[in-house]
Amino acid sequence: MARIIVVTSGKGGVGKTTTSAAIAMGLAKRGHKTAVIDFDVGLRNLDLILGCERRVVYDFINVINGEASLNQALIRDKNCNMLYILPASQTRDKDALTQEGVGKVLEELARDFQYVVCDSPAGIEKGANLALYFADDAFVVTNPEISSVRDSDRMLGILSSKSRRAERGEEPIKEYLLLTRYDSDRVKLGEMLSLNDVQEILSLQLLGIIPESKSVLTASNAGIPVILDEKSEAGQAYADVVARYLGEDRPHRFIDGKQGFLRRLFGGKK
Amino acid sequence: MLNTLPVLEFKSSTFFAPILILFNNDLIAVEDALRAKIDLAPEFFRDSPLIIDLRELNRQQHDIDFNQLILILRKVGFFPVGIRGGNEQQNKQAHTLSIPVDTVREQGASIIIGETQKTEINPQVSPQPVTPAVKTPANPAPVPPVIPASTLITQPIRSGQRVYATGDLIIMSQVSAGAEIMAEGNIHVYNTLRGRALAGVHGNTSARIFCFDLQAELISIAGDYKTSEDLNKQTYHGPVQIYLQDHALIIKEIT
Ligand SMILES: Nc1ncnc2c1ncn2[C@@H]1O[C@H](COP(=O)(O)OP(=O)(O)O)[C@@H](O)[C@H]1O
Ligand SMILES: [Mg+2]
Repeated sequence: MARIIVVTSGKGGVGKTTTSAAIAMGLAKRGHKTAVIDFDVGLRNLDLILGCERRVVYDFINVINGEASLNQALIRDKNCNMLYILPASQTRDKDALTQEGVGKVLEELARDFQYVVCDSPAGIEKGANLALYFADDAFVVTNPEISSVRDSDRMLGILSSKSRRAERGEEPIKEYLLLTRYDSDRVKLGEMLSLNDVQEILSLQLLGIIPESKSVLTASNAGIPVILDEKSEAGQAYADVVARYLGEDRPHRFIDGKQGFLRRLFGGKK
Repeated sequence: MLNTLPVLEFKSSTFFAPILILFNNDLIAVEDALRAKIDLAPEFFRDSPLIIDLRELNRQQHDIDFNQLILILRKVGFFPVGIRGGNEQQNKQAHTLSIPVDTVREQGASIIIGETQKTEINPQVSPQPVTPAVKTPANPAPVPPVIPASTLITQPIRSGQRVYATGDLIIMSQVSAGAEIMAEGNIHVYNTLRGRALAGVHGNTSARIFCFDLQAELISIAGDYKTSEDLNKQTYHGPVQIYLQDHALIIKEIT
């Protein structure tokens, strides 16, 4: 049975799709058969970030509607044969996603995969709620600014009350914090919230801090998840996230700019 | 030529308005009760905006003449500005009267979580007749007190969540800004309270609120309240208790 991970935030533009692509690739690279699903009907970004947009034939909604089989719609990643992508539809409207349909697709995926990563759309409406409904684990992607933290808090409320686990009274979804686009210089200047500020409001288990980094844009323009850029700080931070999620103990880094600098000086990757 | 001055601007903001929770559909009794309440603090209520909460009525399946209710509210000096918890027909009537319907709260937010679920989902808890927040003289007979169990919650109450306890409410985790906790009895928060906390919501003036770190958006006991604007004037270091004395909320550090 697969573990279903939702990457969620409430707010848009915080790095959910970047994160979904990175951790799905990270899990796959470590030998776990992983599927990543784009729930953002109408926007369809995930296939771009994974560089498979020209191979999209069928999409998630085709599968839900029975117009294509799951095998027909899943795209195998070009860099890693353990990773498969189920793209969103760019043309359908959001109502095509139904709880029953999503449930069926996830159930079928769960038989064959070890991890299913659900890239949630922004907002707290239907699309986002469906993306989290069946989840076992939630990666709450938050930027160090107050509006993002607020939205994440709101999302956490929905996670703990509107998911299938909550409705069935099962063990709650495991919630993890992923602080992304963290710019320690701006934190020091007081322009952004610090990790402590965020944790004071959210108090969640911290899975990792992803620094603000140009390599993210470069990677997504090239259609390669940033986690494959092993030289970049963001790529390393995502690799740490995957390792921690899988139970490894890794110290947090990139909290402080200087620390990262020293680490680089002493070749301290790893 | 180009006119550079903007004509208008929209800003997002919150607006404070009392909420009238109805427990009785007898409009004569309601009007009497309203007048009695207003007499206690005429200045406070004069021309006040008001949100009408019909959840309790609808839960008990008591229908109400909504148009008539609005007439009464306006007559006694309120400006009804919203309705929540209405049924389809009441929402329609509200719409016709240009009164906004609060749907956001209904779908996204009226969540009762944690151990409360068991007591709250089945609303047969205590078949108490109708009285509370607005005291209805039509119902003078004291009800034999049902001793309500206290509700213990260990997980955080997040923004958008609401918790209602028929007795005391004990929360071990934080209460986020944008969350709302309500109890007919006392409220204890053994952590930071950032959201809204309303104790004694059925009119129990001896209810108290206790919390470790008071950063609330609103605190209220038996309908008397303070908003963060009032609260921010002073900072408290350490745990506080809040109680009612002559209709004034007293906040005291627990030393
Ligand atoms: N760590 C980061 N550093 C710099 N830019 C980032 C980072 N994470 C995300 N971005 C950028 O932010 C924008 C939004 O990211 P995206 O993953 O699409 O967010 P979401 O899916 O939450 O809307 C993109 O342009 C992306 O390149
Ligand atoms: Mg996205």
